[in-house]
Amino acid sequence: MSILKGKPDDDIKIGVYVCHCGHNIASTVDVEEVARRAKELGEVSVARDYVYMCSSKGQNLIRQDIMQLGINRVVVAACSPRLYEQTFQNVLRESGLNPYLLQVANIREQCAWLHEPGPLATEKANRLVKGAIKRVIHHSPIEEQSVPVFPATLVIGGGIAGIQAALEIANSQQIVYLVEREPSIGGHMAQFDKTFPTLDCSACILTPKMNEVARNPYIRLMTYSEVVEVSGYVGNFNVKVRRKARYIDEDKCVGCGICVEKCPWSTESEFDADLGVRKAVYTPFPQAIPNIPVIDKERCVYFLKGKCRACEKFCEAKAINFQQEDLFIELHVGAIIVATGYDVFDPTPISQYGYGRLPNVFTSLEFERLCSPSGPTGGQLKLADGREPKSLAVIHCVGSRDQNYNAYCSRVCCMHSLKYSHLFKEKTGGEVYQIYIDMRCTGKGYEEFYERVQGEHVRFIRGKLATITADSPDSETGEKLSLSCEDTLLGGLVNIPVDMAVLCVALEPRHDAEQVAQILRLGRSRDGFFMERHPKLDPVATMSEGIFIVGCCQGPKDIPDTVAQASAAAARALAMIVRGKMETGAITAAIDETLCSACKVCNALCPYGAIFFDEVSNVSRVNRILCKGCNVCGAACPSGAISTRNFSESQILAEIEGVLV
Amino acid sequence: MVALTPFKEAADMLMEAGAEKLDNCYQCGLCTGSCPWNQVRSFLVRRIIHQAQLGVIDFESEDLWLCTTCRNCVQRCPRGVEIIDIMKAMRRVITETGTAKIPDSLRLAITNIAGAGNPLGEPPEQRGDWAAPLRLKHKADSSTLYFSCCIPAYEPKVKRVARATAQVLKTSGTDFNILASRENCCGESVRKAGDENLFNSLAEKNIKAFSEAGIKQILVSSPHCYHSFKNEYSKLGADFEVLHIVQYLAPLVSEGKFKFKKEVKKKVAYHDSCYLARHNGIYDEPRRILESIPGIELVELPDVKENTLCCGGGGGRIWMDTKKDERFSDLRIQQALDVGADVLAVSCPYCMLNFEDSLLGFSNTKTVEIKDVVELICEGL
Ligand SMILES: Cc1cc2nc3c(=O)[nH]c(=O)nc-3n(C[C@H](O)[C@H](O)[C@H](O)COP(=O)(O)OP(=O)(O)OC[C@H]3O[C@@H](n4cnc5c(N)ncnc54)[C@H](O)[C@@H]3O)c2cc1C
Ligand code: SF4
Ligand code: SF4
Repeated sequence: MSILKGKPDDDIKIGVYVCHCGHNIASTVDVEEVARRAKELGEVSVARDYVYMCSSKGQNLIRQDIMQLGINRVVVAACSPRLYEQTFQNVLRESGLNPYLLQVANIREQCAWLHEPGPLATEKANRLVKGAIKRVIHHSPIEEQSVPVFPATLVIGGGIAGIQAALEIANSQQIVYLVEREPSIGGHMAQFDKTFPTLDCSACILTPKMNEVARNPYIRLMTYSEVVEVSGYVGNFNVKVRRKARYIDEDKCVGCGICVEKCPWSTESEFDADLGVRKAVYTPFPQAIPNIPVIDKERCVYFLKGKCRACEKFCEAKAINFQQEDLFIELHVGAIIVATGYDVFDPTPISQYGYGRLPNVFTSLEFERLCSPSGPTGGQLKLADGREPKSLAVIHCVGSRDQNYNAYCSRVCCMHSLKYSHLFKEKTGGEVYQIYIDMRCTGKGYEEFYERVQGEHVRFIRGKLATITADSPDSETGEKLSLSCEDTLLGGLVNIPVDMAVLCVALEPRHDAEQVAQILRLGRSRDGFFMERHPKLDPVATMSEGIFIVGCCQGPKDIPDTVAQASAAAARALAMIVRGKMETGAITAAIDETLCSACKVCNALCPYGAIFFDEVSNVSRVNRILCKGCNVCGAACPSGAISTRNFSESQILAEIEGVLV
Repeated sequence: MVALTPFKEAADMLMEAGAEKLDNCYQCGLCTGSCPWNQVRSFLVRRIIHQAQLGVIDFESEDLWLCTTCRNCVQRCPRGVEIIDIMKAMRRVITETGTAKIPDSLRLAITNIAGAGNPLGEPPEQRGDWAAPLRLKHKADSSTLYFSCCIPAYEPKVKRVARATAQVLKTSGTDFNILASRENCCGESVRKAGDENLFNSLAEKNIKAFSEAGIKQILVSSPHCYHSFKNEYSKLGADFEVLHIVQYLAPLVSEGKFKFKKEVKKKVAYHDSCYLARHNGIYDEPRRILESIPGIELVELPDVKENTLCCGGGGGRIWMDTKKDERFSDLRIQQALDVGADVLAVSCPYCMLNFEDSLLGFSNTKTVEIKDVVELICEGL
């Protein structure tokens, strides 16, 4: 007796198409026999074998049978459905048949490639084909769906990644909202003096792009702003942005800077990695975009003590507005590009390196600011006591490649270490030691840069730094640092006295990465960076349809890789916008409302937030656009109310019965 | 020069002896740079790890017996290599296969422990004699055991630690038992020195004696006993609550259980022992106790807590000869003198023994006293 419920329709006409795949299948499986046996089954109207079913001739065989013989279910016995299922679905579609009336039996990867040629292999192929035939009887048409894509894109983060993505899209005359948390765009790149491996001045290549952002009429720039809420789905996201009060009217301000000049209160400059000072009203750096200052409420004496307002007195444009409040803005966009970048590792916990205790131990980012002509020392390298250092040690892998902190390699530190050696030599002519574990210079022109810096008489010591102490006082020049580690190539402990040490610290996920991930429903990899859909084949997309990740928020990388990713994501967003619609998967969960007991178990389980509870009808419902057909809900539903289209119980049981009986 | 050929069998043998994670080492040399030996002589830990990876170990080398198992390298190793396990595995291979010679002084201690249950080879019947002058009425029915460790039990210079501890416990109103001749060396250092079989038999005997006496809680003076009872015996099925004496006393001191009558007007520097600090993360309790004793001014040494400087006594080194100018304990005494301490406070009998020995070599006018934290409590009472 059949374990299946229900009786198949009488007018089902199945066509079976067995592929030889050249010799791939035919040399193991007797394909003609498979076709002959299929034909013996009642529901099968026609069964053929052909040398390449995927060729246009092979496809035509199916097309003709549908048109001329009235075939209304198709079984293709060939390679894995991952390869050609879509091709065969198209054949059905073009012939006027719903594409889900197809079933593929994989007789190549799951049969021919596994077994010795002979009757047993053929028998297994027969069984697989029979399973497919029994299954396809239970297939029914599934409605395909697409969603309109609203023609606007949101880019979150205005570092080089966000800038590049925004420009690419805007240059195609499509609207972009660029939301940046800080008062200016530019990100980390704006803090650098020169960039490896070409030693271009960072500002010289970045500033023009920042200006383009300001000028481009398709870009709506919102700085000092944050995304606080995202709802909706691919093509139709609703985004809430908080525009923090600047206390300066952006429309009135002319950027003259008199407020900054007159403000009597100073504090550490975040942009200068706290090495320099800024005013309570400030623009972070001279080339800031937009060139509109911000009043820092935490530091402004008027806000703290109720007195001052010096800036207001001098501002001729009357742009100062102490009454301003945070503004919440709603945006409607079709796609989102996340470009929130990285934080640098704080080396204080590695107490033996003395960071924070020894004044001449710096981080890489601090060193960048010391080198920069717009930095706190005007680009002159200076020790804490104002002297110029005569020697430098550059320490690799601080907080990277280290299980105690971050197990991954930060990818850019070997190269910026070399950059520092070069800059130090150029500025002081002093001695430089590189303390490295492995030199990883794998980009275009990088090995050449390594060789060039070697030629500048830099000393390379292979080993991981053990300690930095200040116990070698030198009477003439004051205290020196003493570095100690094993030089693993010499096979001995070395002590290196230097004036200054730079810790090349790891690139880490942003401290608020989890919050951003939750707002956008993004996954995170084990290292904490945002997770891509596929590490090799889809590195900029995410599991959330319509949301892309670019630059260092996806993992540490250099500027060339960042820019390439940004352009790639822009192309993906543009493709959606230009077509104006997006097909979404047809294989989704379906809830039988008569069975749903309103327990809501499925609501919380869905990893895509696709199930919501309809309070009026008192049942759970699936948003078919968000659903990915994973069937987590189906497995959990205690009432058996949920099944996933094309994976119904009757289909699966029929296939099993076909294979076994 | 002779070319070396990787010898897989030797590497495999180490793996079997417990040198797991050996392959993860990427030869950065941080272990060498972190190892205290390199403050007194060259000891290329990293190279030993690489030799072990390839199975080209020089089993005759004295280097294999140097590691004090202080854990500084393990704590910092970026690849999570259990370097101590590798050192232990190499010693174990030597012990079990006889491929090379075990240092004489170590062999003697091991033989003594195997025969008499203590490294000094003293008669087991005399193990409880330290308590005699106290005329303690320790309670045979108490489920709390005070386990003194072999050194305070027999070593004349260190017996005072066991006595002070018993005194303080009595003052606090704690009932406790001592098992005297029924106790054996805990075996912690025996295991690190490579004698896995002897360790197992010591553990078995101790667990049996403790269980038979109905012991539920064990108080110890030695961080080494603490480590083996708590982290190693428990894997052999033992189920006792184990507390180092500073852990037991710190809350009592805070609660005001002790009425201090005297001021201890001394500058005290506390030396973190490797096994209490790095191996078991206990830093605060001894400091809390010292700060509560009236009169004491607590000063910190340069290398403290997780960065502490080893005394040189772990891993079986306490029984081996260390050349005069290669003793870490000398460096530590110098650090204590440099910060102007009157007392170097310890909470480990090995540290105490090593420091007492080192002091003999310091003929300076200014010197420093070595005291257990518990002795300082006694002074204040
Ligand atoms: C010391 C150092 C030196 C380097 N030198 C070089 C070099 O010479 N050459 C090279 O090729 N690479 C170099 N790099 C690498 C380079 O910094 C990165 O490749 C590049 O900056 C990545 O850009 P990004 O836009 O992804 O990230 P970021 O530069 O970090 O920009 C991210 C932006 O997003 C904003 N943001 C963050 N969170 C939010 C939020 N929630 N909402 C809104 N906005 C947000 C930030 O304010 C920032 O403006 C160096 C890295 C370091 C650490
Ligand atoms: S510190 Fe760890 S990774 Fe580095 S050489 Fe030593 S064992 Fe190998
Ligand atoms: S445990 Fe201590 S003594 Fe042993 S190798 Fe590591 S650092 Fe050296």
